[in-house]
Amino acid sequence: MIDANTASTAVKAVGVGKAFTTRNDEVVALTGVDLEVDAGEFVSLIGPSGCGKSTLLRLIADLDEASAGTLEIFGKSASRARLDQDYGIAFQQSGLLPWRTVGANMALPLELHGVSAPDRKKRVAELAALVGLSDFVDRYPDQLSGGMQQRVAIARSLAEHPRLLLMDEPFGALDEMTRERLQSELARIVAETGAAVVFVTHSIPEAVFLSDRVVVMSPRPGRITDIIETGLGTGRGEALRESAEYFEKVTEVREALHGAPVERVNER
Amino acid sequence: MTTTSGSEITLPGWVKIAAPAAVGILIVVVWVLAVDVLKIAPRMVPGPAAIGEELVLRSGIIVEDALITGTNALVGLVVGSLIAVVLAGLSAALRPIDGMLAPLVAAIAVVPIVALTPILNTMFGASGQFGRQVVAAIAAFVPVFINVLRGLRQTQPVHRDLLRASGASGWQNFRVLTLPTALPYLLTGLRIASSLAVIAALVAEYFGGPADGIGTAIASYAKSGRAALSWSYVIGGIAIGLVFFLVTSLLERLVTRRPPV
Repeated sequence: MIDANTASTAVKAVGVGKAFTTRNDEVVALTGVDLEVDAGEFVSLIGPSGCGKSTLLRLIADLDEASAGTLEIFGKSASRARLDQDYGIAFQQSGLLPWRTVGANMALPLELHGVSAPDRKKRVAELAALVGLSDFVDRYPDQLSGGMQQRVAIARSLAEHPRLLLMDEPFGALDEMTRERLQSELARIVAETGAAVVFVTHSIPEAVFLSDRVVVMSPRPGRITDIIETGLGTGRGEALRESAEYFEKVTEVREALHGAPVERVNER
Repeated sequence: MTTTSGSEITLPGWVKIAAPAAVGILIVVVWVLAVDVLKIAPRMVPGPAAIGEELVLRSGIIVEDALITGTNALVGLVVGSLIAVVLAGLSAALRPIDGMLAPLVAAIAVVPIVALTPILNTMFGASGQFGRQVVAAIAAFVPVFINVLRGLRQTQPVHRDLLRASGASGWQNFRVLTLPTALPYLLTGLRIASSLAVIAALVAEYFGGPADGIGTAIASYAKSGRAALSWSYVIGGIAIGLVFFLVTSLLERLVTRRPPV
């Protein structure tokens, strides 16, 4: 059923909109979103609060339902894709279950889909190695730092080898140093797994560093105003953070966000 | 949640044991002085030696009566808690049932259950333990119901999103998220209910029913002026309460080794 054409597109949104009805009026959170994310592509959604970036992610994840337009995930409806486990998801809060060990948290999606205990154990060992937490599998979440908890959440989102990762400000609550380290780790993990990523953030450097394309959004009503190709290639080493083309792209995204040229870039 | 660790003064280990022990010894010394040496205590306050003597002498019958009262409390606790868990589950799942039960539970919570005992004893017959068990069950019901209902509503949005994103079924949602979230609340409810069930079962005996149980003995020996024996039965009552409290506390600690962060 999935032909080569649709299989190479991870997310396809055409005219997608979302309106929330409150008691006496209607709030348009998102309107007229057209977006395609290719398989294996890293796309960031960036914009000020209320621009609907998280709403768009929740629509893709089928956590909320679009009120207009069509949304396809690997050529299927969003709800079909959710039930088929075509995507993995991570939030700003790690959302770990505190009564489960790190390993049991990573294995949660596998457990829910009836993967046998030995297979789960094997996969947890792989995941723990991938995020550098092999020594912490038997610990409980409250014994881990915020950064480590977020790594567990990322491992959990990867548990079922998803071809699409949805991330809603996963590093938003972390300090800058931890944040940069996890960005580099995420870049490596994504390169290893070849998954497409839709990444919500409000950090310009983070969006540029990680993405193939940065989608700039604006509020009232939430919509896409610009899409910027970073063209930074596949290698995402620390050296990139100091390079001229990286700064250029940071400036370009900033200008797109503010809607006017910025004179100078002397901050990060 | 607030942390108190900052304002707490940490005492050396031996003080933690020695301090309450010293208080205990002091109380016994004053007690013996007042009763046996100075003889200034009221007639119904016998010395610790006299109570201890009766306790040893009558230990067989005291244990027997304690078992009767303890069984009544246990039956009440188990039945009351089971009904509370089922009804709390229904309330959490179905809004209309919540609306129906909320005022009823509020009413039960404010009625002094023990005061209903004479009525319940007459209703269910004064010859059996059933009336007393009903009193204990009603007393246990309220805290378990309130705590479980609250616990079933504590799931966090991020956890619900996560399970929905994982395509979890309704049953999986309950088993993996709702139940473990509610479990500490259930155990807190049980710990509170266990003390209430013991008190209710014991006090219910003051209002008639069969001539056995700790409460009946305390009442009749107090009336006939046998103070020391009466007090030794009080110790039996304390023992029941302690056992219930310790068992439920232990259960709570075992289950909530990992409290939600």
